Amino acid sequence: MTQDLHTEKMVINMGPHHPSTHGVCRLILTLDGENVVECEPVIGYLHRSIEKICENRTYAQCIPLMDRFEYVTSMSCNWVFALATEKLTDLEIPERAEYLRVIMTELNRIASHLLCIGVTGLDLGALTPFLYTFRERELILDLFEMTCGQRLTYNYIRIGGVSQDIPDEFIPKCREFLDIFDEKVDDYEKVLTENPIWMARNKGIGVISKQQVYDFAISGPSARASGVDFDIRRDDPYSVYDRFDYTIPVFEGGDSYDRYRARVQEMRESAKIIGQALDQLPGGDIRAKVRAMFKPKAGEVYSRIENSRGEMGIYLLSDGGKKPVRVRARGASYNHLLIIPEIIKGLKIADLVAIFASLDVILPEIDR
Amino acid sequence: MELYPIFGWLDGLLEKVGITGPTADLITLVALAAMVFGLLSLIALFLVWWERKISAHIQQRFGPMMAGWHGVLQTVADAVKLIQKEDIVPTLADRKVFFWAPVICFVSAFAAYIVIPFGEGLIVSDLNIGILYIIAITTFTVISLLMAGWGSNNKYALIGGMRSAAQAVSYEIPLVLSILGVVMVAGSMSMVDIVESQSGWGGFRWNIFFQPLGFVIYLIAATAEANRTPFDLPEAEQELVAGFNIEYSGMKFAMFFLAEFVNMFTVSAIATTVFLGGWNGPFLPSWIWFLGKTLAIVFLLMVFRWSFPRLRVDQLMEFAWKVLLPLAFLNILYVGVFAKWLNW
Repeated sequence: MTQDLHTEKMVINMGPHHPSTHGVCRLILTLDGENVVECEPVIGYLHRSIEKICENRTYAQCIPLMDRFEYVTSMSCNWVFALATEKLTDLEIPERAEYLRVIMTELNRIASHLLCIGVTGLDLGALTPFLYTFRERELILDLFEMTCGQRLTYNYIRIGGVSQDIPDEFIPKCREFLDIFDEKVDDYEKVLTENPIWMARNKGIGVISKQQVYDFAISGPSARASGVDFDIRRDDPYSVYDRFDYTIPVFEGGDSYDRYRARVQEMRESAKIIGQALDQLPGGDIRAKVRAMFKPKAGEVYSRIENSRGEMGIYLLSDGGKKPVRVRARGASYNHLLIIPEIIKGLKIADLVAIFASLDVILPEIDR
Repeated sequence: MELYPIFGWLDGLLEKVGITGPTADLITLVALAAMVFGLLSLIALFLVWWERKISAHIQQRFGPMMAGWHGVLQTVADAVKLIQKEDIVPTLADRKVFFWAPVICFVSAFAAYIVIPFGEGLIVSDLNIGILYIIAITTFTVISLLMAGWGSNNKYALIGGMRSAAQAVSYEIPLVLSILGVVMVAGSMSMVDIVESQSGWGGFRWNIFFQPLGFVIYLIAATAEANRTPFDLPEAEQELVAGFNIEYSGMKFAMFFLAEFVNMFTVSAIATTVFLGGWNGPFLPSWIWFLGKTLAIVFLLMVFRWSFPRLRVDQLMEFAWKVLLPLAFLNILYVGVFAKWLNW
């Protein structure tokens, strides 16, 4: 052929209502055939102005709002806000409350990773693992329901402790879950980890280099998959995390496959932490004495915890009154979304879906 | 059971009423078409229900349970619902192309059954180029998918249509080459001849024992031809929302949907005829053997779908051209050498 064929680039709007954008993210894609030339994320479709509303609420009223900040791991959101307020006071948190917080948050981390792994499978066309992971996630949600009556937005971790003690049947049920959980994770690995199609779709896709992790402030399992050995639970310890024996999985590849493997390993480690916490669980109060009209000291504080997606933080400015002056929430997903246009160039639409899922981007955390 | 006695009976009945000649032939043909169409619609309805049940049991669910015994009437209920739906045509769609795409898809899916032997004597017409006819007619599906993708005037649909064209063209070649080995041995392209060439050993001289590689190549290529996972890229719902049928609703969507299941049955029926000895088998009536073998292949395809992720488009192409095609050539060489040497 002497003359080249005339081709045009196609601009396609992926979202805000697209099955693989995990919520309401809109990606403006410029496509050359199947290849992505450019990708521009548009956010804000889920903005609820949580930070501003917090300024008009008392501290205790802020906690249920925080549930909605990132509704997949509500326990962490509750905790990070409670942690910020506690840093501005000299409250003695009862031991039992700290252990309950750890147990609940780790259970929530497992539930979140189960969701992520299932949905990644779904996005790559493997529909069955999704149902398997949801089967186990259901058991965790039952435990939450048993404790605080809610399955999604818990409002469980309060300033100075937790809202209520666990019921008697919680510990046997939880142990039952931990006993079967390792086998179930083996099942997922059988379906996915060694599957040649799964490997072909994930290995070498969306590689994030160590430098990019620092440049874009990637955190959590996504950073540890790129060889950055950093976990707030160990490196900036809060609560009673220094009393447990667990390892933090670190992988070197930085691709979608390693991010997936990091999550699978983290689930196993979280299960270990829960087991130890149940063994060590002391008796006693579940909440410190907090005045009905809670007022922290004046000042500003930043608290951060290791969420299932990465660093979750709350910056809190207080003037000593009953309402916060400014609340600023930080979610890991925002940085994870920003790196997608960098690493997607030249890959296919199908890869975009795989990378989006493997970074575990969730939109409520970005839009707040 | 044979078709000809039924025709004889029908002809006799018509003669009694006083209809003879071309009119009687026409009535017989219409009756025959209605029979095949009815049977296939029933099979398609059953397959939809069966797939939902299999997927449910693989995923530790029950699947449909409410409509009839274990939900057997679920597909009927769905079909009734789809018929009631409003027929929406996008404003900017190419209306003619948009209308004819599902029709062509539906017709080409059913037309293949003219030459498929459901049992000994249970064949509409034993063409001497039977297998060639099937391969030609099933390829029409691709045209309909392209038309659907283009006519919808939707970018996702267009990508889906293009994907299906590229995929079908690539996988058609190993598919045909894998069947060629059998045609070489049977010495005929007639479906009946191919089945009869496998009737030795008390009905167990199946081609799969001689050409296992050819069978595997055929099965993989057929999965791609029927647009099933792991090769369901034209309708990858997570990437392209629904691919070529994104703008279709109501009965037009149902036609695509049923055609997909009929196509799956077609490729399984060809696999049975060509590699698994067709209706051959001891004791049981021939049509039970045919149906049993075909449903076994369908079951395999369904299990594929619910256990594998989807390939990426470039991996799909690579697999067809770099793996399947050389293997298919190797298979032809192997069949050529051994058929000559051992005089199969």
